[in-house]
Amino acid sequence: MKPTPLTIAAIAAVAVTYIRAIFFTPLEAIQGPAQKILYIHAPAAWVAFMAFGLVAVASILYLWLREDRLDRIAESSAEVGVVFTTVVLTTGPLWGKPIWGAYWTWDARLTLTLFLWFIYVAYLVMRGALEDRATRARYSAVLGILGALLIPFIHLSVYLFRTLHPQTILMKPSAPSLPGEMLTTLLLAFASFTLLYVALLRSRYRYAVTRDGAHPPEATVA
Amino acid sequence: MRDLLRDAWLIARKDLAIEFRTRSAFLSAVVFSLLAIVIFFFAWDATAVAAIDLAPGVLWVIFVFSGLLGMHRSFGVEQPDRAIDGLIASPVAREAIFLGKALASLVFVLAVQAIAIPAVALFYNLPLGGVALPLAGIAILAAIGLVVVGTLFSAMAVNTRLAELLLPMLALPFFVPIVIPAAQATAKLMSGRPVGDTVAWLKLLLAFDIVFIVACTLAYPFTLEE
Repeated sequence: MKPTPLTIAAIAAVAVTYIRAIFFTPLEAIQGPAQKILYIHAPAAWVAFMAFGLVAVASILYLWLREDRLDRIAESSAEVGVVFTTVVLTTGPLWGKPIWGAYWTWDARLTLTLFLWFIYVAYLVMRGALEDRATRARYSAVLGILGALLIPFIHLSVYLFRTLHPQTILMKPSAPSLPGEMLTTLLLAFASFTLLYVALLRSRYRYAVTRDGAHPPEATVA
Repeated sequence: MRDLLRDAWLIARKDLAIEFRTRSAFLSAVVFSLLAIVIFFFAWDATAVAAIDLAPGVLWVIFVFSGLLGMHRSFGVEQPDRAIDGLIASPVAREAIFLGKALASLVFVLAVQAIAIPAVALFYNLPLGGVALPLAGIAILAAIGLVVVGTLFSAMAVNTRLAELLLPMLALPFFVPIVIPAAQATAKLMSGRPVGDTVAWLKLLLAFDIVFIVACTLAYPFTLEE
């Protein structure tokens, strides 16, 4: 499969983001270079949440409309989401060791992200364990919806353990508490990661279309 | 609604009759719980960690895993000879099949708990007498959440190639918001705090039960062959 212009643009945008993040964004006074991981970590988390949100929406719509396309969107988005969640769970501890003094803490947000990863890995494993396409689509949609319902409960139950995570710096009522240059880099990282997500989602979706076209339902019955 | 509950009760009685005559799953779940209690005791240094600190965790971990044993059976018993097709063909709402299955599992899980919780108290030498009633309340709330989610995933997992492996993988993340409040509330009660201190946790359990009873009952018909 040849890379599409969208994929090339997304990769270029991510490259530009990191050139800016590494060479043209000032060092954080206390954390030093370790803080730069924010420009991977936070946008990856944003993409992961967006990806799983799309899984839930596509799952609800699938049960309603029974369009194969929606199932493929959910499948593709879940897979891309798991990749980005893995990035979040890898970069977080790398930063946590020098700054917090520990790779892992049972902080509310860490725990929630870990469980997101568990839920959607199980989602992908279940997809792999089902032969029949219609059954797979229905089961996946049910799990996609229940998974979304579960998230607030996990969040609530782990939240009551005191949270250690840096507080939100962007999406909060008051002005963002990040110097202008860093903020620009962070916003650029969000934009380029979103673009990368769309590009990966599209490639993964096209793969699903090709695969389903190569093995139509009739062929699996016979 | 009354028909739905009556049919559900009928299905539950069928499952319980099968279980009562064979008693295979019940006995294995009870023996499993006792074994787990013993193994957990030796996993910690009894001179360093007080039994009262261990007990809530041990109790709810055992609860989850013995529950899973029962859950796998819930739809597992319908697999031979495709008995599930008979159930679907019967003039019973699909929601009633789900509720009946969940109800039978609830009785199963509570029966195992009725032995496992006193056994923990006995082996770990805990004074449970004073908190028996609130503890039973927590156990019932936790068991409801566990069986509704577990029953739905049991229905799905039995039709996959990885049945035994997939069920825990699917269900365990969903048991987290059950185990955390249950264990925390139990720990509070055992350390002599008033029942009022556990209300926030109990509310969380209750909310989980309500949301997932509705969601899983509505979702179940989608897991059947059309």
